[in-house]
Amino acid sequence: MTAATVNAPASFSGPLTNDDVERIRRDFPVLDQLINGKPLVYLDNAATTQKPRPVIDAISNYYLHNNSNVHRGVHTLSQRATDDYEAGREAIRRFINAPDSSEIIYVRGTTEGLNLVASSYGRKFFRAGDEVIITGMEHHSNIVPWQILGKEIGIRLRVIPFNDQGELLMDEYESMLNERTRLVSVVHQSNALGTINPVSSIVELAHARGIPVMVDAAQSIPHLPIDVQAMGADFLTFSGHKMYGPTGIGVLWGRADLLNDMPPYQSGGEMIRSVTYEETIYSVIPHKFEAGTPDIAGAIGLGAAVEYLEAIGMDRIAAYEQALMRYGAERLAATEGVRLIGTAENRGGILSFYMESAHAHDIGTILDAEGIAVRTGHHCAQPVMARYEIPATVRASLSFYNTTEEIDTLIKGIDRVIEVFG
Amino acid sequence: MASDLSDLYQEILLEHNRRPRNFRTLEDATHHADGFNPLCGDEISLQLRLDEDTVGDVGFQGHGCAISRASASLLTQAVKGASSEDAMAMFNEFHRMLTEPEAELNYDLLGDLEMLAGVIAYPTRIKCAVLAWHTLKAAMDGEGIATTE
Repeated sequence: MTAATVNAPASFSGPLTNDDVERIRRDFPVLDQLINGKPLVYLDNAATTQKPRPVIDAISNYYLHNNSNVHRGVHTLSQRATDDYEAGREAIRRFINAPDSSEIIYVRGTTEGLNLVASSYGRKFFRAGDEVIITGMEHHSNIVPWQILGKEIGIRLRVIPFNDQGELLMDEYESMLNERTRLVSVVHQSNALGTINPVSSIVELAHARGIPVMVDAAQSIPHLPIDVQAMGADFLTFSGHKMYGPTGIGVLWGRADLLNDMPPYQSGGEMIRSVTYEETIYSVIPHKFEAGTPDIAGAIGLGAAVEYLEAIGMDRIAAYEQALMRYGAERLAATEGVRLIGTAENRGGILSFYMESAHAHDIGTILDAEGIAVRTGHHCAQPVMARYEIPATVRASLSFYNTTEEIDTLIKGIDRVIEVFG
Repeated sequence: MASDLSDLYQEILLEHNRRPRNFRTLEDATHHADGFNPLCGDEISLQLRLDEDTVGDVGFQGHGCAISRASASLLTQAVKGASSEDAMAMFNEFHRMLTEPEAELNYDLLGDLEMLAGVIAYPTRIKCAVLAWHTLKAAMDGEGIATTE
């Protein structure tokens, strides 16, 4: 890496203190601004996180000094670009403890990761009558690709239900597993409820029957330490922009033996070994799945984001955010007219709530006037909303750069909603 | 950007949200359409009875935010008794009110619809305000479905 290391984050020890968080906040230039005359309170981290200076610097460093195509030229710039692009891959491998960096496929994001597996693995290995199991709390991106495939080849989608708290009914899951099950594809942390699903148990039950498991880690990877080998999953996918990296880049990790058996997902340059008009020999993984010029700056930015997170420490991040979430949940529960949606014992920094007196969109507008950014709506999880018989929720989603003072500001904003709507 | 919130959430608008007018299904509807705002999940089902070319009766059902609900309520009051041509002229004027800051508006035509003028300062909420009107147009055109996309 070249100039990207100029802003290397400071080191941390012990639990994150208020001083640490103040220091961290200074790494995020966007946080320092007024919105509608009030200090920005950014609580929409599940939609996308803000970018720290080292990520921004890594991207601009690439464009300022190294811009070139990867894996092609013999010239110096191409070598630098390739080195940094592949260094990003290695950083990600280390971050999720994957056995080999060739198993790290750069994609555009979680949605593409899921589509790649549905399209490549699904088309090759699924037959009419086969079943894919998902949970009842999936993002649309882990529903629709299977439905499309279902229409095409006649697979059946099975859905694990969950209780009122938002916890999966594991007995129901176990009873769904059968000889027709070809894949279990589950969300690690629900974007609408915050529930952290027991992925290791899900894997164990599936593997006992020889069924592979895919994990959507979009919402968990920015907040929890993830070790794909300890988890035991077969595929895992996530987006860069939800983990402090740039948009347009994400990762599909898969076990090498599975990836090697899968046909290419898209075709073109970069992914071939040799082409004649009679025959094309595909490249090895990961290149087989990376057709065309990739998002080089994005991959380099994502590598910088991973290094930034490692410097703080994922255990430290998880502990801090957990305490912040508990504080927020307590304050919200004590606010009249507010109903928390998603109260699983094991959950991450998502505060999703509903108010009878005001629609989520009106709440969002009133909070915005107070400088508070939250997500309002169905969060691309309409079946979850249907489960609770509500059209939409307000979702405050937390990061390690948020503070208890910001939670207090949110509660004051909700008081304002109550003033307007009663 | 945002102007004072009280310009948006005027008391009379909140009253229409709490107690929307013509919030009912029609027994004798001749036209109807369903409107969706895919962004926020708002849904409205609008029915009307055209007598010759006059809106004899109109009602709506559904769920949505205060802006979309109050807008639908105001719509039903505004178009009842109007010709379909006048109703579309109101839609056009209403749309201009929300999207053209400098427009010279026909306030006689707008009538009570003017209470939604504050929405212009909230670009993300304009779709909420126009959903009912798009649905009305779809119903009159016999299209059945309207979305704000």
